[in-house]
Amino acid sequence: MSNAQPPQASFWNDTGRSGIAAWIFSTDHKRIGLLYLYSTFGFFLTGVLLGLLLRIELIAPGRTIVGPQTYNALFTVHGVVMIFLFILPSFPGAFGNLVMPIQVGARDVAFPRLNLLSWWLYIIGAVIVLVSLFTGGGAPDTGWTFYVPFSARTGTNVSLAVFGVFIIGFSAILTGLNFITTIHRLRAPGMTWDRLPLFTWSLYATAWVQVLATPILAITLVLVMAERLLGTGLFDPARGGDPLMYQHLFWIYSHPAVYIMILPAMGVISDIIPVFSRKPIFGYKMIAFSSLAIAAAGSLVWGHHMFTSGMSDTAVLVFSFLTFIVAIPSAIKVFNWVSTLYRGSISLEAPMLFALSFILLFSIGGLSGLILGAAATDVHVHDTHFVVGHFHYVMFGGSGFAFFAAMHYWLPKFYGRRYAEKPALLAWALMFTGFNLLYFTMQVLGMKGMPRRYYDYLPEFASLNLLATVGSWILAAGLVIMLVNLFRGLRGGVPFEGNPWGGATLEWSVATPPPTENFEEEPLVTHGPYDFEGMGKP
Amino acid sequence: MNPARLMTTTEAIDPVFMFIFGACLVLLIGITAAMLYFVVRYHRSKAPEATSKAEGNLWLEIIWTVLPTMLVLAMFYYGWSGYLTLRNVPEEAMEVTATARMWSWSFSYANGVTSPKLYVPVGRPVRVNLVSQDVIHGFFLPAFRVKRDVVPGMKNHAWFVASKAGSYDLFCSQYCGTSHSAMISTVEALPEAEFAAWMEHEKSGEEQKEHPGHELLEKHGCLGCHSEDGSARVGPTLKGIWGRSVTVETNGAGRVVIADEAYLRRSILEPGADLVKGFPPIMPPFTLKDDELRAIVQYLRGLK
Ligand code: HEM
Ligand SMILES: [Cu+2]
Repeated sequence: MSNAQPPQASFWNDTGRSGIAAWIFSTDHKRIGLLYLYSTFGFFLTGVLLGLLLRIELIAPGRTIVGPQTYNALFTVHGVVMIFLFILPSFPGAFGNLVMPIQVGARDVAFPRLNLLSWWLYIIGAVIVLVSLFTGGGAPDTGWTFYVPFSARTGTNVSLAVFGVFIIGFSAILTGLNFITTIHRLRAPGMTWDRLPLFTWSLYATAWVQVLATPILAITLVLVMAERLLGTGLFDPARGGDPLMYQHLFWIYSHPAVYIMILPAMGVISDIIPVFSRKPIFGYKMIAFSSLAIAAAGSLVWGHHMFTSGMSDTAVLVFSFLTFIVAIPSAIKVFNWVSTLYRGSISLEAPMLFALSFILLFSIGGLSGLILGAAATDVHVHDTHFVVGHFHYVMFGGSGFAFFAAMHYWLPKFYGRRYAEKPALLAWALMFTGFNLLYFTMQVLGMKGMPRRYYDYLPEFASLNLLATVGSWILAAGLVIMLVNLFRGLRGGVPFEGNPWGGATLEWSVATPPPTENFEEEPLVTHGPYDFEGMGKP
Repeated sequence: MNPARLMTTTEAIDPVFMFIFGACLVLLIGITAAMLYFVVRYHRSKAPEATSKAEGNLWLEIIWTVLPTMLVLAMFYYGWSGYLTLRNVPEEAMEVTATARMWSWSFSYANGVTSPKLYVPVGRPVRVNLVSQDVIHGFFLPAFRVKRDVVPGMKNHAWFVASKAGSYDLFCSQYCGTSHSAMISTVEALPEAEFAAWMEHEKSGEEQKEHPGHELLEKHGCLGCHSEDGSARVGPTLKGIWGRSVTVETNGAGRVVIADEAYLRRSILEPGADLVKGFPPIMPPFTLKDDELRAIVQYLRGLK
């Protein structure tokens, strides 16, 4: 489809408004995507700083830099920022917006203004969360899970923080609706469901989770606010309420939310691996289908967060069983990715290195999840640093590394300039090493019995904690190099032209950077997303 | 249902760990090795073009769906049967009630003896009934692989048996506020005879009762945050509190007050009203009966 028609203005230039208004009131999916990228990534860096502070405090037993109350606020804010302000909105918001409409061959999402509203709701919610840190009784100290009755009694500013998260929830619901509609209605001629790129497939599965699960979070948060402000007693046993009810409600949303974080990441990986292996993805249908299977079955496993809570043994039986069932589609994906490499022609450039390390880190996270899914072993490691290590492997080693892969893969396309390759590889190596040193050590600590959310610990845990903290510094060093390299490259690097990696999905067929309307004329899709031979042939 | 020797919780759980870890390790090594091999063998420098265009293989998909399914079902089964051991308390178990509150533990025995540490006889299974006075806590004994949340209004329990004498960590595992990480104690497993001696000693100790005010402080968990010996904890020490001049913040404005009866009562009933400078505003309000308040104030008066 690459032809030599007169180039349209790139989306960077073409605008009616000027200055910042051209961005924050733009309805162009690419500009909104970049808005999301800057804002979510900004929160990611904030969260990283908080995480590093946590690790410094834990470098030795006793007080190091902050007191217990501050530590508790730090991990709460770290968790809330990372979950609600970074990882949940970032994939659909940033790369979903940037790439998905082009991948399906559309000019924009189905409801561009709603898309802008989603971003605004996200920002308003985020600002409210930030305000809650500095007003009222001070930063919330409940952990990101807001468990009652503690969250109903603490004097810190929980109500406002919860309200902020509530608003962000609406942003997610609207994005989900928008994406579902776009993928159903705006596919270009010839873009059949079995030619849909796997990244788009994963966003489609994600969008359903966003639409169906987020309202439950909203209700739960309203109930917490009612408990605090009106004293409803819904969760207070002294007034006939039930604290476990809250945990059920919270996890009915928050477990599926894990799939909002990981499914698009899996989609990115499924798009990158074939390109850098020059070979069609192995098991396209299985990968697409397993996304839907994960999204559906993943809604039924929330109880595995509650094996020690005192819920009935029957519930433990059922939730443990279903948890193991959900593990299967993830395993299928891993096997298919690895098989895609077989007899390919593999080039280890930055996006591919991040993608391959995703497979390893996600596998470690997923396999340690089996320990947590089995009732007997979960009891020992539940609420310890084993869990903290486990979910960082999935959310950071998985989604986070996939996010970095996506940045190295797609951003040059949208900025029209490229980063330097060597520093990117160095950054990757440092991050991969630091990451494992940090979080594997935390998993060992948890096996030895160190509970999570512990400001202070017994001397027997000291040396491993020191090791983990050193790991966090190596990770941070890699992160800084990656950022500087991306920042310099995308602003002033050598021009990025055409389709250097030979991607076969539609975003690689448009001009670099893409024009506002994406396509010169409505594209006609004649080949599958990983059909590298069929490319360019009519 | 009466095995010759009782299986301990650790003996029930550890084989499950070994099984799952073993299987995970095999899978992880397999995946890593396959990836490394492919990346080296089919690197573009050696394989300029892909030599396969395979888009899938039904048999492979079936194999790697069915085998992992069987594997995880085995894990599920072992996990469940190990869990049953944790849930089935041996009949001959001794009962202890663990009371959790922000941020301390207290253990009481059938004969009324209470102790801040959990003393148990070696070889005798112990059933621990879990009671919370405020928020959710977690009763966690890493050495015995036992954990159970302590939920207000719920009758949770756990059991374990110490097969060797010794001192074992006891942690609060469910986050419960400022001093969560200080809410730790120990299990002291004593040989049967020593345990009986300890129990005797405690029982006689019960006679010479402490001041009722002190007992109330202990009962309501005040001492989790306030020391009686002058050391600083989460909250100000209670030693010498009577008559002390305290800098407080009332409705955002600083002022100095003398700690008298009215001040002490207000600080207990409405801790948010006057916040002592330099301490976080985290103390929950307590609803105490008037005679309790009187006893506490009287006790604090004499706490020099
Ligand atoms: C350099 C990066 C990071 C460091 C050093 C770090 C460190 C930590 C540490 C030490 C804790 C445990 C606190 C405790 O239990 O006492 C923690 C908790 C947590 N982290 Fe991170 N983290 C990092 C990145 C991330 C990322 C990328 C995410 C999500 C995408 C994340 C999500 C969370 C969550 C949800 C919690 C739980 C908070 C809670 O217990 O309420 N972290 N982190
Ligand atoms: Cu506790």
